[in-house]
Amino acid sequence: MNKITSLSDLKQLREDIQSRIKLREKSDASDTLVQIKVGMATCGIASGAKETMNVLIEEAERQAIDVVVTQTGCMGFCYAEPTVEVTIPGRDPVVFGHVDKAKAREIIDHYIIQGKLIDGIIPVEFKTIND
Amino acid sequence: MKTIADHILDIIQNSVRASASRITVEIRESIMNDKYTVEISDNGSGMDKMTAMKARDPFYTSRSTRKVGLGLPFLQQNAEQSGGSLQLFTQEGKGTTVTATFGLTNIDRPPSGDLAGVFILTAIGHPHISLFYAHHTEKGSFSISTPELKETLGELPLGSSEIRKAVTELILHNLSGIGAS
Repeated sequence: MNKITSLSDLKQLREDIQSRIKLREKSDASDTLVQIKVGMATCGIASGAKETMNVLIEEAERQAIDVVVTQTGCMGFCYAEPTVEVTIPGRDPVVFGHVDKAKAREIIDHYIIQGKLIDGIIPVEFKTIND
Repeated sequence: MKTIADHILDIIQNSVRASASRITVEIRESIMNDKYTVEISDNGSGMDKMTAMKARDPFYTSRSTRKVGLGLPFLQQNAEQSGGSLQLFTQEGKGTTVTATFGLTNIDRPPSGDLAGVFILTAIGHPHISLFYAHHTEKGSFSISTPELKETLGELPLGSSEIRKAVTELILHNLSGIGAS
């Protein structure tokens, strides 16, 4: 593939990809997809939330699981950044703390794919020092 | 924040919180004036006079989950350390513009960082916001926007690795073409 240098190159690439793969029917209906929210406030970014989000997107694609990865603000757990909230359809959202690259892979492999609970969950009833 | 790109990613979240539907990031590099200017503007809710006055205070935040708000203070600190300044222009109900000026060749100016990555991650993370990015140097200008990308890509997801790689390549190629630092 040639180097992509302009939007018309990108359009070319789109046609290439579309002829190669049949797009999965992907609905935006959030109740059927796993939702991942990465805390991307000052505290998160400073702790490496950007790398975490990149790994989550890459891993989800590599494992071919349908997830929506979005950004959210600070959840008040600045001491545990980067934080990630995972919502598996039909279950309560779970917030994980200290999500570095390895932890991000573990969340996808163990929590999302196998449904096992793993270390690093921030309990819902947890109160911050300000409460 | 280690890089200017990190600051941009951070300040954009303020716009998101202000329910902006359109965010513009404009970077101007001038070797002649030795200035590196980053302007982030949105069409969000804006701030009233009192809030705008407190926005630079690290111990002010609109959140109740914590007691500090360091995004703007950090940016102001980094800008001032490199011989620049931070300007805040806001109109309630219309939107906010944050302009940070750095000394281009100042040793204390953070490096640009992963500007392409920030653009792409913001586009993926907030799919319903129109994001515009323009970068100007004395050699030329480059701009890209999410509406433009959506039109080019059709239903192909921006999140797929092939597309992300291609868009990164596109941005980096054009940035180096205009000699962006």
